Amino acid sequence: MKSDTVRFDTALGLDAKKGPLAAVARFVLYAAMILVFTGPLFGLLVSAFSTTLDPTAFTLWPDELTLENFAQAGEKNVYLYLLNSFVVVGFGLLLQMVVSVFAAYALARKRFRGMTFVLLIMLATMMLPEEIIAIPLSLVLADLPLIHANLIDTYLGMILPVGAWGFSILVMTEFMKEVPVELEEAARIDGAGELRTFFTIILPLCRPALGVIGVFGFTMIWDQYLLPLIVANEPGHWTLPIALRSLRSDEEVGIGVLLAASLLALLPSVIAFLAFQRQFMRGLTSGAIKG
Amino acid sequence: MTHSRRGTAVAWLLLAPALLLFLYFKFIPMALGLWKSFFKVQPFLGDEWVGLDNYRTIMTDDAFAAAVGHSLLLAVGTTGGSLVLGLGLALLIEGPARYLWFVRAAVFLPVVTTMAAVAEVWRIMYHPADTGLLNTILGWIAIDPQPFLASEHSSLWSIMGMNIWRGAPYDMMIFLAGLVGIDRTLYEAAAVDGASTRRRLLHITLPALRPVFWILFTLAAIRGLRVFVEVYVLTNGGPNGSSEVIMTLVYKLGFQRNELGVASAGGVVLFAATLALTLVVQLMRRRQAK
Repeated sequence: MKSDTVRFDTALGLDAKKGPLAAVARFVLYAAMILVFTGPLFGLLVSAFSTTLDPTAFTLWPDELTLENFAQAGEKNVYLYLLNSFVVVGFGLLLQMVVSVFAAYALARKRFRGMTFVLLIMLATMMLPEEIIAIPLSLVLADLPLIHANLIDTYLGMILPVGAWGFSILVMTEFMKEVPVELEEAARIDGAGELRTFFTIILPLCRPALGVIGVFGFTMIWDQYLLPLIVANEPGHWTLPIALRSLRSDEEVGIGVLLAASLLALLPSVIAFLAFQRQFMRGLTSGAIKG
Repeated sequence: MTHSRRGTAVAWLLLAPALLLFLYFKFIPMALGLWKSFFKVQPFLGDEWVGLDNYRTIMTDDAFAAAVGHSLLLAVGTTGGSLVLGLGLALLIEGPARYLWFVRAAVFLPVVTTMAAVAEVWRIMYHPADTGLLNTILGWIAIDPQPFLASEHSSLWSIMGMNIWRGAPYDMMIFLAGLVGIDRTLYEAAAVDGASTRRRLLHITLPALRPVFWILFTLAAIRGLRVFVEVYVLTNGGPNGSSEVIMTLVYKLGFQRNELGVASAGGVVLFAATLALTLVVQLMRRRQAK
């Protein structure tokens, strides 16, 4: 009886097939999948720690491991670019999360005229591909309307445009709607002000959602390419992703520095994913992912 | 009364940062792009109204027409390839076993990787010399070395290959979520009726996944048209314009040739195309649902 129910658990019923042959077939199949999808990343990891001048030598098996590429990366300012990336993602994410929490609280808890309009604006920004506005955005950043500030070659120019993200706001709003209103009312009856209720009751209950928007916001900002490309003209402001291109053809050091820098550019979002897998999957299946 | 008015004020105050940022970095640029598309933009001489000239320039430009074609091909190929491969992976990795959870996480890794870095890795793997990684692997199965990104005939397909590698696991995850939602008793009933696995797949599993399919299709099609980073890093449109897409062309027009007016017109055209595509997909979806 029990084995019968197991058989109907999946569409193909692969995992229910018994016997050593099926087990071997499954193992080979899954090993091949893992190899195809993680092989290039594993190859990068290995190659970054081996010395080579040959631009074709991308290897899965190193002769000997060395830190030389990372030492040379320092001479090519790779750690400066890495620092720039962290500055942008750190302040950008902080801003994005604060902005999202505020906006979500208003959308989830307040009733006011114009709310549908605001929701419509959020959705519109999610539908609008940011690549399309790249050219005029560069003009706006060079001379902000009314304020007349020039954000080209500043960190702010890379931070402010990612400060508001429709996806984060909507995920947060949905979650806050789930928090029972009774809890707040109880707190209010006990004499807690709105601000205190917000910080002591609502925000702690929203921790899972904060995890979701945190990890998605991190990867979204870390992966920005066109924005820093527009904003950072001076190499001193380059983020790591846009600096990679200039590290490509260095005759003295071969591709070693490029590989080390690529690995450094990849690791943070991979680590973020591995550390927050549950939040990641939750955000993914909430179905509102921006394209 | 006073209380609700105060509530409204607080609400707008809380929304103000988000709305202000959207205004400055989304809506003003959008309006400015539309505005500038009617001008010959000259930094020091002042802008000159040229009406629809920029649109005429771009619509009659062979390079732009080719870029639109490449973007469409890349969007269709990447979307289709990722959907098919993602569905296949999802069906193969479906199941409650613990080790499958590990396989899923491993296969999903490409999705979270930084595009610029991963594109550099693929550029090296695609090295046209016969010692390049992919050519070495092709050598094992007795296939001649391929030029990949270095040839006009294969550059676009090579970019598509990397995009599918990065897109399929994403589709897989969404399909897996859809598969979990399928009513198990349907499988049971089909087995009682003696239906084969193939029939079960065709008549129960795939129809149940239809909504998931449409979501992924819409997202991917829009994403496909605006593709930039992977092309910029892998080929920058080359060789000989064979992989130039709309956004790399617009970028070159705007930032290298300083044709900001024409570039803005290109952006507006891309926006209109994206909007039209979204509407068409929504209409098709509604008709399907009937």
